[in-house]
Amino acid sequence: MDIVTPSLGLVFWTSISFLLLLFLLGKFAWKPIMKALDERERSIEEALSSAEKAKEELARLNNESEQLLKEARAERDLILKEAKQLRDNTIAEAKGLAQVEANKMIEKAKVEIDNQKNAALAEVKNQVATLSIDIAEKVLRKQLEDKSKQENLVADLLKEVKLS
Amino acid sequence: MRRSGFFTKKLNSFLMFSAIFCFSFLPGYSNEVENHSENHAEIADSAAVHEGVNSDSSHAEHGEEKFNASELILEHIADSHDWHLWGHTSVHLPIILYTDKGFECFSSGKFNHGHDKVVGKHYTYAIEHEHIKVVNADGTINEEASKAIVDISITKNVMSMFLSMIILMLIFTSVASAYKKREGKAPKGFQSLIEPIILFVRDEIAKPNLGYKYARFMPFLLTIFFFIWVNNIIGLVPFFPGGANLTGNIAFTVVMGVITFIVTNVNGNKSYWKHIFLPHVPWWLYPIMIPVEIIGVLSKPFALIVRLFANITAGHIIVLSLICLIFIFKTIMIAPVSVGFVLFMDVLELLVAFLQAFIFTMLTALFIGTAVAEPHGDH
Repeated sequence: MDIVTPSLGLVFWTSISFLLLLFLLGKFAWKPIMKALDERERSIEEALSSAEKAKEELARLNNESEQLLKEARAERDLILKEAKQLRDNTIAEAKGLAQVEANKMIEKAKVEIDNQKNAALAEVKNQVATLSIDIAEKVLRKQLEDKSKQENLVADLLKEVKLS
Repeated sequence: MRRSGFFTKKLNSFLMFSAIFCFSFLPGYSNEVENHSENHAEIADSAAVHEGVNSDSSHAEHGEEKFNASELILEHIADSHDWHLWGHTSVHLPIILYTDKGFECFSSGKFNHGHDKVVGKHYTYAIEHEHIKVVNADGTINEEASKAIVDISITKNVMSMFLSMIILMLIFTSVASAYKKREGKAPKGFQSLIEPIILFVRDEIAKPNLGYKYARFMPFLLTIFFFIWVNNIIGLVPFFPGGANLTGNIAFTVVMGVITFIVTNVNGNKSYWKHIFLPHVPWWLYPIMIPVEIIGVLSKPFALIVRLFANITAGHIIVLSLICLIFIFKTIMIAPVSVGFVLFMDVLELLVAFLQAFIFTMLTALFIGTAVAEPHGDH
């Protein structure tokens, strides 16, 4: 069969053509094309990886600042809390001290007042006693100027004694 | 209506159905039968007679006698020493012969479509079914001397191959220069059409099969892929610059297969050869295993050769057969059916053109891959 018998001429020309084509395309086409493709791919890869790196760096920085912020916030809160506590403590302490002091002062004042009152009362009592004696003296003097009256009085007094 | 016109070898290409419809109605178109030197005059005469008589029954007989679908189809898928364009016009390609007395070179036009004998420097030649024969002084064919000559003519297929080489060179040098001009930039224009295909060959064919050693074989794989693909496509074009059935020619596929075989075995490493000659079986199985392995090595390129040849040839035969239906049924009414099926087949063949180039390259990469693969732990 002709159709499955390779003809020598075509075998010859195909071999030459293919080898020539392989050489020419290899030299003038595939080499520069593959080189360009590889280079471009490498540069793309590099760009991608550097972008990735930059992203990571950014994320890291972000994270750091976030962390810092968080820490700062916590610190602030802590400080505020402490300050508040301190203030409360101080106030409470002051209040307590004041109370104690006030109580003390009130106590003192009371004692003083009592003392003063007692002194005043004693004075008044003395005064009243002196006055009473004076008045009684004066009354008695007046009353007993007269003899009859003295007698009446004694009588009265005696009466009273009897009755009691 | 001159239906006898259909039965001539005016099917200059298997897909020119439109041209067939037009030409078939042209008066005088039917008078020539080419490549049948002895019958030529006789048939032309009888055609003239039939035209005169215009009898349907004799027409049918005449057609019976003249139209031989299988002959026509085989003629169209075979190589040829001149490139038929249309009607009587064909491009005469140079004939180059290597004889025992030296080279011989003349135009195929001298054969006058096989009617004439050519007196060369060393012998007198005749052409018979595209085979060049040496003719003795008395006009008989000298079979002894005919066998001794080597026909390395620039045939239709060779021309078609040169055309494909020019196309490939133009395409890829321009693409390569685009890469140089636009270094590091995104592809543009034609470059962006070609680049995905190159990347496809690299990423889908070379890398999975060859691993990190792919770069060394890229030029070879790319050349094989594009050479086969472009020639497949040129083979599908029905008119002049196309139409040669190069990739469906066994000589072409044999060369491609043998080159693959050589590349595979030249690059075969120690473990590849060890696998063939010292397979991992008990020693007494060697007499069986070694021949089997050797057959395996030979059958790989053989499968490549036959696959490409059979696929492309089969496609062309189907298309030609569908066109031949018109002439077998002798009615133009069948033409829409033929054309419909031919259209379908052509689209399918476009796919096959790519697919076969892909498979050939893929298997080549696979074979080379097994030859250069690092030995596994268990082997």
